[in-house]
Amino acid sequence: MTSTRTQAGFPGVGMLRETGRLFALGLDVVRGFFQRPFQVREFIQQCWFIASVTIMPTALVAVPFGAVIALQLGSLVTQFGAESFMGAASVLAVIQQAAPLVTALLVAGAGGSAICADIGARTIREEIDAMEVLGVSAVQRLVVPRVLASMLVAVLLNGLVSVVGVLGGYFFNVVLQGGTPGAYLASFNALAQLPDLWISELKALIFGFIAGVVAAYRGLNPPPGPKGVGEAVNQSVVITFLLLFFVNFVLTTIYLTIVPAKGS
Amino acid sequence: MGAEVVVEGLTKSFGKQAIWRDVTLTLPPGEVSVLLGPSGTGKSVFLKSMIGLLKPERGKCVINGVDICSCSERKLYEIRKLFGVLFQDGALFGSMNLYDNVAFPLREHTKRSESEIKRIVLEKMEMVGLLGAESKLPGEISGGMRKRAGLARALVLDPEIILCDEPDSGLDPVRTAYLSQLLIDLNAQIDATILIVTHNINVARTVPDNLGMLFRRELVMFGPREVLLTSDEPAVEQFLNGRRIGPIGMSEEKDTATMAAEEAARAAGHHDGSPEEDVRGVVPQMQPSPGLPVRKGDRRRKDRVMRILHNLPAPAQQGIVESLSDSDRQRYGLQRQPAPVGRPDDTRPLGPGAQRPNHALSQESVANLPRSAWQPPPESSPQAPQPRPGDG
Ligand SMILES: Nc1ncnc2c1ncn2[C@@H]1O[C@H](COP(=O)(O)OP(=O)(O)O)[C@@H](O)[C@H]1O
Ligand SMILES: [Mg+2]
Repeated sequence: MTSTRTQAGFPGVGMLRETGRLFALGLDVVRGFFQRPFQVREFIQQCWFIASVTIMPTALVAVPFGAVIALQLGSLVTQFGAESFMGAASVLAVIQQAAPLVTALLVAGAGGSAICADIGARTIREEIDAMEVLGVSAVQRLVVPRVLASMLVAVLLNGLVSVVGVLGGYFFNVVLQGGTPGAYLASFNALAQLPDLWISELKALIFGFIAGVVAAYRGLNPPPGPKGVGEAVNQSVVITFLLLFFVNFVLTTIYLTIVPAKGS
Repeated sequence: MGAEVVVEGLTKSFGKQAIWRDVTLTLPPGEVSVLLGPSGTGKSVFLKSMIGLLKPERGKCVINGVDICSCSERKLYEIRKLFGVLFQDGALFGSMNLYDNVAFPLREHTKRSESEIKRIVLEKMEMVGLLGAESKLPGEISGGMRKRAGLARALVLDPEIILCDEPDSGLDPVRTAYLSQLLIDLNAQIDATILIVTHNINVARTVPDNLGMLFRRELVMFGPREVLLTSDEPAVEQFLNGRRIGPIGMSEEKDTATMAAEEAARAAGHHDGSPEEDVRGVVPQMQPSPGLPVRKGDRRRKDRVMRILHNLPAPAQQGIVESLSDSDRQRYGLQRQPAPVGRPDDTRPLGPGAQRPNHALSQESVANLPRSAWQPPPESSPQAPQPRPGDG
């Protein structure tokens, strides 16, 4: 009987099963990208919604982030006597690491939690069931536009963070630490290269996808009971953070291996 | 005509918690069936298993030759278009107003023009008495209205099978009566197979052709309404009469100690407020509103029930024979006899006159039944052979 099979198992089998289902949903979503009809309206609405909950906090976080990097690097670089590389180092740090991560945190924390709460509430109210029974796939109809929106917004936010972060760094270095504007700008090109920007945007794209899929998965399968949706939102944010930092590590490693650093 | 639903040996559990096992029943095409059961016995789970939202561990649920429990995703979406489902709380889409909710299936699955959609939507809204509330959001209306709007949405594609999860809960008795009448009228108009899940005794007594009950993780019985309505089964009797004395307790099962204590208290003269009256027994069934066609399912059911009459318990036999009209009696070759009192506890065997249906309904006599309005279904199903009046 199946019930004995579901009970039997080793520690962690439940987690493996959940992971498997998460991946299955991810594949379904990717397949859904290419299925017609595409839910244009839902997509635009979701883009607008996710952007509206993330833009402001992202901008606010990006300025101090750029500043912290500038301050930290500023004193370090001065000790080495390498002030002329100040701009380059700050740009590298912001674009390659800080921007995608800040984006990820905000897309997961603000966008993902909103997606999860929305879909979770629909699940509890049996809207998802009703949709499936009406012969409409909830993945195609609800999840795909949300994941795509989350990806697009992540990419745009990443651009925003890069610009705001670099400007913030510039401001702190030049105005507060007495750096020279010319040297800061001139060194942009010394270490940074175009692929840095591409990898940064690629990371943001992948982070947006992960945040969207995890949020949708937890929303579609909330723990039973009235507290279920709250727990689901909480878990979705935590799971997304863990996944994002891990994926960031993997992507960075691969990138540094296959794209040689400039000047080396 | 509605589709036939054959459920065989269905078993469902969540983890270690068994919900029900080995549920076997057939929803005859175009008939109205009611599934009774105390709260929490898995009635909603059963409905969801029937439409493939939950996967039972074992068993089959076959519709038009497709097993819902094991067919492909694509087939499942296809077969679900035959269904109209009313969920327990209406399950309306919270972000759309009532009009868009009801129009949703039409916009998804048909290429109708907006004006045509408008006509259909308004017609269904009128049917459930919601005309004028089209622009309200689901959050702004009462539970009863949500339920009726959910029904309108379920009906909009003219389903062959209608499943209703507790259409009466949250509705007052008057609205419940209207809703029951609406379902019967629908059945008369589109001949859909209907399954209503409820714990409302009144609905169970007056609406269905077939009646079943889930209890203690099993289907206690399922069959012609007369069988359950006259049953001596303790759980059925307790449930129909709404008493505390009996096997059903506050939690799913009563332990014997509680049962004995209650029995002793009653013997000692403690009146627990349960109704004294025994409401079992066959009461007249709800009929379609005047002006509507007769229910074809009713005709088919009578033929079927008369054919298996000799296998039914005596009180049920009596209830069935008494509920026949004069023309029915003629049709089935019964003579009018002095009506015996239809008490459920009256287990007196039928008189010699009433014995006649047994042999009167041998294979030949069924074949000789007068031609009725309905045509034999195009595809015959081996599980539940229909009487074929046209064959003779
Ligand atoms: N998705 C689920 N996961 C775990 N248990 C469930 C789930 N759905 C229902 N149950 C359990 O199944 C039982 C029957 O529920 P339900 O079908 O809603 O009863 P009712 O007959 O009142 O409709 C309940 O005990 C409930 O806890
Ligand atoms: Mg229920």
